[in-house]
Amino acid sequence: MDLTLKVWRQKNREDKGGLETYKVTGILGHYSFLEMLDVMNEQLIMEGTEPVAFDHDCREGICGTCSLYINGEAHGPDRKVTTCQLHMRMFKDGETIYIEPWRSAAMPVIKDLIVDRSSFERIQQSGGFVSVNTSGNTQDANALPIPKMNADKAFDVASCIGCGACVATCKNSSAMLFVAAKVSQYAYLPQGQVERKQRVLNMVEQMDKEGFGNCTNTGACEVECPKSISIEYIAKMNREYLSASITAE
Amino acid sequence: MSKGLSSSSVGRKVLMALSGFFLMFFLMQHFVINFFSVISADLFNEVSHFMGTNGLVQFVLQPVLLVGVLFHLGMGIYLDVKNKAARPVKYAMDKPSENSNWMSRNMIITGIMVMLFLGLHFYDFWLPEIKDKFIDGKWDEPTKYFPHLQHKFQDLARIVIYCISFVFLSLHLLHGFQSAFQSAGFNHNKYTPTIKKLGNLYAIIIPAGFVFIALFHYFNQL
Ligand code: HEM
Ligand code: SF4
Ligand code: FES
Repeated sequence: MDLTLKVWRQKNREDKGGLETYKVTGILGHYSFLEMLDVMNEQLIMEGTEPVAFDHDCREGICGTCSLYINGEAHGPDRKVTTCQLHMRMFKDGETIYIEPWRSAAMPVIKDLIVDRSSFERIQQSGGFVSVNTSGNTQDANALPIPKMNADKAFDVASCIGCGACVATCKNSSAMLFVAAKVSQYAYLPQGQVERKQRVLNMVEQMDKEGFGNCTNTGACEVECPKSISIEYIAKMNREYLSASITAE
Repeated sequence: MSKGLSSSSVGRKVLMALSGFFLMFFLMQHFVINFFSVISADLFNEVSHFMGTNGLVQFVLQPVLLVGVLFHLGMGIYLDVKNKAARPVKYAMDKPSENSNWMSRNMIITGIMVMLFLGLHFYDFWLPEIKDKFIDGKWDEPTKYFPHLQHKFQDLARIVIYCISFVFLSLHLLHGFQSAFQSAGFNHNKYTPTIKKLGNLYAIIIPAGFVFIALFHYFNQL
């Protein structure tokens, strides 16, 4: 198929940037979206134009590096997929496709389609971990009984890959789905109990400092999340936060 | 290191939900009392007189309500300003209706429309009442309420504004009712679907009921 692409180009953080129009030809339905961009970049290089910078790493939906707001939706029109898993058969021959970076004050554009997601890292550093000694005397995993339901829920939220689609798609650029996933993941497990209160207080505080917006429960994030994390966990985080802020010293 | 609830995003959401719950509770009792005016003028006068002169209602509940409305309004605007600032550059192509409904995205618009209506409502009913009691010192007029209500509902323009405002309130509550539970941390596989259904019922029946009362008095006086 032949496509018209409207791609966001921006030299650096300071540059104002704008949409450029490129045509690509000979795209097959089984190409992934990123492969289509590879074809586009090859064409641009042949024409002597600087190729478009975009983020990617695993190309199999596990690293969370690829991003892209495609035709008005995070990770494009398909559901439960990242951009690298999005197939070109989702588009029609002759279609015009808008390709934009995530938009959020807390995730500024560095170049073209690449944004700075270190705000997520700083949130993780503020509490998204358990402090346990893993050198040597690691105890047997079965020594800690965990209800099956809790293990399943912890696993569900642990599947968050930190891609930022929730922020990109939220009309308020809220990071609550991401933070809720990271908070809940440990709250369900015995290993997470020691730092449970401090974790949620610190992570929410860091989230606010980074300049993310406030959740208004539109539910857009859970629809666009490639891992289908439910907003049920945002309610869980709110409970965690409330009880921690009431009881913490 | 625990700070006040209003200092964090999650805390503010919870406060927004609490004020929302409070307003929904208030709205329900207001509806019940208004509905008495359809059943019997005497009953309506009696209950209104009680509410208008009871010390607890006048000097405790009424100030709490005022603070509640102003808090909900102020916090709603504050959060909306912050949320808009969190995305300084907009998307050239955006399809929000693919993943969320209109009501959930436009709470500030439907909310401000409700506030505009409240302005008229205060002018019509609340300010005259306050003037009667606190300026003119007339506390004992147990039969004035029904005629006052009838008088206001003779005016077609007022009826139209009234009906339109309740459409906005309905839109606000179609999202707000279930949203308040979510914000307060209540989301449960077993109960949330029922809460959503109850919310839809509340958001349609209560505003439709207010509209019915207004139309009832308008057509009764033609
Ligand atoms: C005075 C005018 C009003 C304004 C400006 C206003 C504005 C807002 C805003 C901006 C929100 C937050 C949106 C969200 O988080 O989803 C909200 C939520 C809500 N409002 Fe209002 N509102 C007003 C009046 C009312 C009234 C009269 C009621 C009830 C009778 C009400 C009930 C609610 C509820 C239940 C919520 C949900 C709270 C939550 O999601 O946590 N509002 N309002
Ligand atoms: S919650 Fe979903 S959308 Fe948000 S960062 Fe995690 S995987 Fe991505
Ligand atoms: S490149 Fe790793 S998730 Fe897409």
